[in-house]
Amino acid sequence: MKGEKQSDTLSVNVGPMRLRNPTMLASGILGISQDIFERLYNNNIGAIVTKSISVDPMKGYANPTIVPLGNKTYLNAVGLSNPGVFAFSHEIMRNKFVPIVVSLVGSSEKDFPKMISFLDSLNVIGYEINLSCPHVSKMGMEIGDDPEMVSLIIRTIKRHTRKPISVKIGIGSMDVVEISRVAVESGADMITAINTVRAMKIDVQSMIPVLSNVIGGLSGKAIKPIGIRCVYEISKVLNVPVIGCGGVSSWEDVVEYMIAGASAVQIGSILGNSDDTFFNRITSGLKRYLARKGIKNIGEIVGLAHRY
Amino acid sequence: MPIDIDLMRLARISETVMETSSVKTLVFKDRLGSKASAGQFLMVWIPRIEEIPMSVMVSRREGHAAVTVKKHGKGTTALFEMDVGDFIGLRGPYGNRFTISTEFTNVLLIGGGTGLVPLLRLAVNITRLNIRCTLIIGARTKDEVIFEEYARKFLSDGKGKVIVTTDDGSYGLKGTASDGMVKTIGEERYDCVYTCGPEIMMKKIFEISKEQSLPVQASLERYMKCGIGICGSCCIDRWLVCRDGTVFDSNQLSRMKEFGMAFRDKDGQKLQYK
Repeated sequence: MKGEKQSDTLSVNVGPMRLRNPTMLASGILGISQDIFERLYNNNIGAIVTKSISVDPMKGYANPTIVPLGNKTYLNAVGLSNPGVFAFSHEIMRNKFVPIVVSLVGSSEKDFPKMISFLDSLNVIGYEINLSCPHVSKMGMEIGDDPEMVSLIIRTIKRHTRKPISVKIGIGSMDVVEISRVAVESGADMITAINTVRAMKIDVQSMIPVLSNVIGGLSGKAIKPIGIRCVYEISKVLNVPVIGCGGVSSWEDVVEYMIAGASAVQIGSILGNSDDTFFNRITSGLKRYLARKGIKNIGEIVGLAHRY
Repeated sequence: MPIDIDLMRLARISETVMETSSVKTLVFKDRLGSKASAGQFLMVWIPRIEEIPMSVMVSRREGHAAVTVKKHGKGTTALFEMDVGDFIGLRGPYGNRFTISTEFTNVLLIGGGTGLVPLLRLAVNITRLNIRCTLIIGARTKDEVIFEEYARKFLSDGKGKVIVTTDDGSYGLKGTASDGMVKTIGEERYDCVYTCGPEIMMKKIFEISKEQSLPVQASLERYMKCGIGICGSCCIDRWLVCRDGTVFDSNQLSRMKEFGMAFRDKDGQKLQYK
């Protein structure tokens, strides 16, 4: 396998997950097709996080669901559309070589053991629990802002799987460090930070909000400094790997997140403006940077900003 | 500063043409859309109702573009009901295009329903290159035949010809568009087949072409949310229709397991074509 050769400099350990390089597909992007996962992996991505899967299929909201705002910044309210765990488990059943993390979303703690029973025997390296979708009621952020629910869900999941789980947090009404602490104390192996940030776009000519759901989540370049801050604050205090997410569009952004404290970095919206060479450009940029700095493995830069 | 095609712009409908009782063409001023290549699409916003991908129709007015809509679901019905003076939002044009080799001397275009839209745009380009062009217009019945008069006008004077087929034989040749294809490839030699329309029709055309070793380019359709390669809704096998398509060639089509077989629903579940 081509990816093995770069293991010296770019391979990272994210808790118990070992990735050939620190790039991951962010949840919600291109996340429903095994053929697409294989294409991304052959294009040198480190790992895949799927779209958030629920017990039953969800159609999501009517279009417009995704609004490009310019400057590599996007607004979306897709509404967690996904084929449901039964169809999705069939989709990835023949997965042989792609490191897949399945993102899970539910409206109560009872949903998660059901989904895990379909997925746990498949070739899946871990789960990411979406407790921070900013635009679907009773799923996501409403749960993420409730520490008792967060704790109950994580403890329930940990009783049903031995695979590592990451909890994806966002900007809600609770402090990101506090909600991460609740997740870790309940058994989360990792934290993914951050989800999209609640936002809105109005067309001034027609005076109409563009998203069918009116309010959605902001992603892309505009939220990167917020993501960097959250990763820094969480990783400085908590002793679990943090996966950075939000506005990554270049190898420099990957480096910045890792210096802030991320063990791996997710990439999402920007893939809309990229081609099949994207991950090769990221990894070769990272290798050149490490060579210039005389760093043997990229893991050495994780959290260097904690000195400050 | 170059215009960012991703940023939505509003356009006012300046003209409408009823093509049949359920098919309507909406014309609007939009410089970017007027320059779209055959096979590209615009994301069309119908405020507070939907946003849908629409193939770009030719407009004779300078700086204008058009879309031709068949009322079907919620979004297309709302677009169909729009009138002169109403506003729509536009993003794009997105996607790749049909390609033409200057080596070609005679090509075959086969369209069904509103799938004719990108083919008319293509036919205009082809005739400008002095390549002869046969256009097959497929319809279920006489009342659903669209663009015939327009196509006959610019494919006159030895530039090409138009063949109309109807499933029920109420007009033109009786049979499907692929029946029309079998007949004409028995009479003339073509360098390439271009098609857009119902996927079952395109699959049939692809299979006939394969037997005859004729290269094919087909413009495919899938449910789309973003149009820019983010959401993944429009995947067909390893390809995204919005970014890798809408036009796929024989080589890609022959590697697709889902072409003419399966498509994905709004929630991403794979369903079989009946």
